[in-house]
Amino acid sequence: MGRQPATVTCRDRYLYGGGMQNGIRRAWDGTAHTVAGFPLAVVTGSLVLCAGLFAMVTVGHPVGKTYRNDILAVSRFCSVIQRSRFSALLGVELKLAPAASRRAAWRGVWYHVIAGFLISVIGFSLLVSLWSAAGAAVLLPVFNPPNGRMLGMRLSDPLPWSGLSIIAVLLGYAAAKLAIGLAALDVQAAQAMLQLSRAEELALRVQDLTESRADVVDAADAERRRIERDLHDGAQQRLVSLAMNLGMARATLTDVDPKAREAIEHAHDEAKQALTELRQLVRGLHPAVLEDRGLDAALSGIAARSPVKTRLNVDVPKRPSATVEAVAYFVISEALTNVAKHAQAKAVDIEVRRRGDLLLIEVRDDGRGGADPLAGTGLRGLAQRIRSVDGSWSVESPLGGPTVIRVELPCES
Amino acid sequence: MRVVIGEDSVLLREGLVRLLDTSGFEVVAAAGEAETTLSKVEELQPDLVILDVRMPPSFTDEGLRAALVVRRQWPAIAVLVLSQYVEERYATELLSGHTSRVGYLLKDRVADVGEFLEALRRVAAGGTVLDPEVVSQLLLRRRSGPLDRLTKREQEVLALMAEGRSNLAIATALFITESAVGKHVNNIFTKLDLPPADSDHRRVLAVLQHLNERPK
Repeated sequence: MGRQPATVTCRDRYLYGGGMQNGIRRAWDGTAHTVAGFPLAVVTGSLVLCAGLFAMVTVGHPVGKTYRNDILAVSRFCSVIQRSRFSALLGVELKLAPAASRRAAWRGVWYHVIAGFLISVIGFSLLVSLWSAAGAAVLLPVFNPPNGRMLGMRLSDPLPWSGLSIIAVLLGYAAAKLAIGLAALDVQAAQAMLQLSRAEELALRVQDLTESRADVVDAADAERRRIERDLHDGAQQRLVSLAMNLGMARATLTDVDPKAREAIEHAHDEAKQALTELRQLVRGLHPAVLEDRGLDAALSGIAARSPVKTRLNVDVPKRPSATVEAVAYFVISEALTNVAKHAQAKAVDIEVRRRGDLLLIEVRDDGRGGADPLAGTGLRGLAQRIRSVDGSWSVESPLGGPTVIRVELPCES
Repeated sequence: MRVVIGEDSVLLREGLVRLLDTSGFEVVAAAGEAETTLSKVEELQPDLVILDVRMPPSFTDEGLRAALVVRRQWPAIAVLVLSQYVEERYATELLSGHTSRVGYLLKDRVADVGEFLEALRRVAAGGTVLDPEVVSQLLLRRRSGPLDRLTKREQEVLALMAEGRSNLAIATALFITESAVGKHVNNIFTKLDLPPADSDHRRVLAVLQHLNERPK
């Protein structure tokens, strides 16, 4: 039946299509759609209505709530049936609104009970009336008894016969037009009521993207933690053990050749140096204390290690999520690194506060200022981390200082 | 001296056992889990327990919690906590209550065998040993206050004092005379309004109490 290649949008076909042949096909499709629609609409409409009545008589009763959800489930089932009608008879592929969207779900109920139901039932009745009238006009002269008269004329005479034929053709034409119009109307109603609106679609997409981005950020975070643990359990323990053994050798082998002794001392120092470097690297990946004890504990660690004198004031009575904590931690860590590298500052003040659903961070140094957020990779890296949790930030850094970085991170309450 | 070791890395555990056995300590038990270590401590009542912070099953702070249990239930047993990273917060928890017979060191310090063994003996003898990193973390807690009035040299002395070192040890570390150290110590106690304290570990206590007063 009049199924078209997917590239032709169905709406165009039903609303603006032209040409004689096309017109006949559209009329045929529309008629089939309306004829099939009548019994379907009666069934789906009654199903949804029954579910609705059940819900209505149980209002106020605990089971009422379940019934309300059952209406939506029944309605959804009916939408699926209707979708196959649109697809099979008109070639219109409806993208049904996902069950998650309750507003769209209730709109679907109204389609089954009112809009779609009326279009199908009234449309079908009108179509049948037109057909019957056209059929009567054609068949009247044939089945009329010989010499039967109407309005004083013999129906088999050429004049009334041709008059009736013209009326029949006109009625048929009207039925065809009506079928096309009904199909177009039904398509519009179904698209408006069974599909998501553009705004809803976008809102859903935004929600989807937000969730998937949060997943990606969490996954990256989990990966850092895994690497940290692997290094902690593996390389670090091995290196500590190696350094200890070299230390024992150094302490006990006192009467060996000075060259050998020098080599041992050298190896011992190297091992300790490697240990320090590895420790700093691993802690930079993800500090275990952040998970155990939160921001205050983790930040005092980096503040103490900072070469610039650092004061820390953390007032976060309620811990934010692990991801937000990690972002806050790394943002401050990165900011401190920047201060040490570029600012030529004597002191840094770090403030972290929680105000409702916001985590407020302020890093203030007394350095030379002139930090350009767009210039360094450090500040850009900060921006990416902050954006990944929908946070915002600002840098205030006049030439001559001071530089103040303010960050706001939203945290779920 | 009888020692129980709780360390989950086999390599390091065996290394520690070897080191202590050859240095005049007697390792009576070594375990890889905090629970097992605790039951060994209960059973054997050693003089000293060495605990790694991160141990199975959750690899977060089991060792630290075990250390707190030991300190609460058997205060006569000395505890030394080893950690891959020293965190000021862990130190504060460990030292809350009383500050004798306790130590908290970075695992790296094991490499300096002599100093490590010395630290063990100090803790077992009733002293306090804190890693220099913890001390520097504690020093920064104050937003502004009397610590800012200390000279750089006095701050260095304070840090070494908090590690539980004697005047002589501080003098050696800073290449100054013992009497100079004494002068610095007096200045520090005056500037910080601390009651005078004679023994090394009471000094640590006083300093730590002062440092632990959180700014609000």
